[in-house]
Amino acid sequence: MTKAGAIWHRTAPVLCILILLLAVWYAAAIALNAAWAKDKAARADKQLTFSELVSDTMAQEKPLLPAPHQVAQEIYKTTVLKKITSKRSLIWHGWITLSATLLGFAFGTALGIMLAIGIVYSRAMDMSVMPWVITSQTIPILAVAPMIIVVLNAVGVSGLLPKAFISMYLSFFPVVVGMVKGLRAPDHMQLDQMRTWNASSSTSFWKLRLPSSMPYLFASLKIGIAASLVGAIVGELPTGAVAGLGARLLAGSYYGQTIQIWSALICAAVLAASLVALIGFVEKVTLKRMGMLQ
Amino acid sequence: MNQPVISAQNLSLTFETNDGPVHALSDINLDINKGDFVSFIGPSGCGKTTFLRCIADLETPTGGNVTVNGMSAAEARMKRAYGYVFQAAGLYPWRTIGGNIRLPLEIMGYDKAEQAERVKNVLELVELDGFEKKFPWQLSGGMQQRASIARALAFDADILLMDEPFGALDEIVRDHLNEQLLKLWARTEKTIGFVTHSIPEAVFLSTKIVVMSPRPGQIYEVIESNLPRDRTLDIRDSVEFNDIAHRVREGLRAGHAYD
Ligand SMILES: Nc1ncnc2c1ncn2[C@@H]1O[C@H](COP(=O)(O)OP(=O)(O)O)[C@@H](O)[C@H]1O
Ligand SMILES: [Mg+2]
Repeated sequence: MTKAGAIWHRTAPVLCILILLLAVWYAAAIALNAAWAKDKAARADKQLTFSELVSDTMAQEKPLLPAPHQVAQEIYKTTVLKKITSKRSLIWHGWITLSATLLGFAFGTALGIMLAIGIVYSRAMDMSVMPWVITSQTIPILAVAPMIIVVLNAVGVSGLLPKAFISMYLSFFPVVVGMVKGLRAPDHMQLDQMRTWNASSSTSFWKLRLPSSMPYLFASLKIGIAASLVGAIVGELPTGAVAGLGARLLAGSYYGQTIQIWSALICAAVLAASLVALIGFVEKVTLKRMGMLQ
Repeated sequence: MNQPVISAQNLSLTFETNDGPVHALSDINLDINKGDFVSFIGPSGCGKTTFLRCIADLETPTGGNVTVNGMSAAEARMKRAYGYVFQAAGLYPWRTIGGNIRLPLEIMGYDKAEQAERVKNVLELVELDGFEKKFPWQLSGGMQQRASIARALAFDADILLMDEPFGALDEIVRDHLNEQLLKLWARTEKTIGFVTHSIPEAVFLSTKIVVMSPRPGQIYEVIESNLPRDRTLDIRDSVEFNDIAHRVREGLRAGHAYD
């Protein structure tokens, strides 16, 4: 297959799904917004033709479901046409959320790896910590987030850190689970072999357990970063924050600005996808370097 | 008379399992002298692996004792007295062949120049020169197993313990590796303990064949080989070879008979 052919082979299915999604979206927009258009027409004592109805459903100011091109226009207006420093720039809001996401992700990853090491090396920790780790994730974050924000605010911590804390809370979990599995990936034979060389346990860790865990780590990081972003957005909701994608979502829903909500949603989704893709890229490069991808 | 390199006295090992005790080894007495090539042969489950693991201090006997170089097995392990080759090559996929062989050297604190020198030497020894920079997945199973032997030879242990190292390989590759192993044994003058369940392999390689029988794992018979140390595969057609093979087969059959 030629190179262009290969690329086409990979992108064609994705394009098909994309086109299908857009078609469904448009159809849904027409169906959901039709009632409002008809109401408006009835009040003005007008009769709408079908084409008038369709064009009205796609141009409402506060549609139930905005049409894709409305969202696209809004995103264009709030990214390309606005200065990045403007409070109406989606990029500025995105950066606010992203910084909390990255900070929380870094903390979460560090915490997750440290807990995993503890769990793998200490039987007591294995027995005592793991149940708590699992319990921590059964508490609905939406219920906890306001309390965390309020409590931290009360002790004078506000802004980035409380949001990062919630990101950490969500992202350490996949890292713990993945790394415990990864650090335990070496089989009996490999551990026995280390024993025959009279290797210390720190040597076994650095030379065997840690490298073995790399594929698991990257799988966890991909879940962790997405969870981090959700955490940061959730962290922006309860205080009625003024900045960040979460704030855009909240403000949008206060004022019924559905187009704004949807553009913030799409922006968050694109951000999440890019972050996951970035980790995927680092994974590929690292594992290739390590000779673990063929 | 020199002291034996490996010596087991009344060695027993009973595994306590959920289904009751398993007598993996019972009252094993054996001396292995310097430069010996000793094969352990017997039906599976007769304790060959367990015995090798006791020598290597990977398993703790429940009775009797075993000495290696005049020390306890644990002391010998800590002094890195032996290289151990497992049934699977167990190379690290993230290290090159050279990197894999360097691994025990790094752990044991050899300096960089010495590491490079030794890696080069052992790669030559197992005829893998030129493969230093390759990753394990780029090598065939037989080559991987040779690399794992090289890894066990790289440091200064004068004992080599091998647990069915060629068990997973086809016969043609295995014959070739057997010949190489003999050459290597002659060049390095190591003492080798070798587990196998192939009679021709045991007879071809060994100076001493330990026939074991199961339930409980015991030594049924120790057969001293009178074949010359310097042998090629042709020796398998000789009368002497077949005599020994016959004795081993008889031993295995008799050992098995009182099941
Ligand atoms: N870790 C263990 N726990 C319980 N039983 C074991 C263990 N290792 C080996 N055994 C048992 O000990 C006996 C001898 O095993 P092994 O030494 O592996 O035999 P061989 O290598 O000759 O096939 C077998 O019955 C086996 O099931
Ligand atoms: Mg075995």
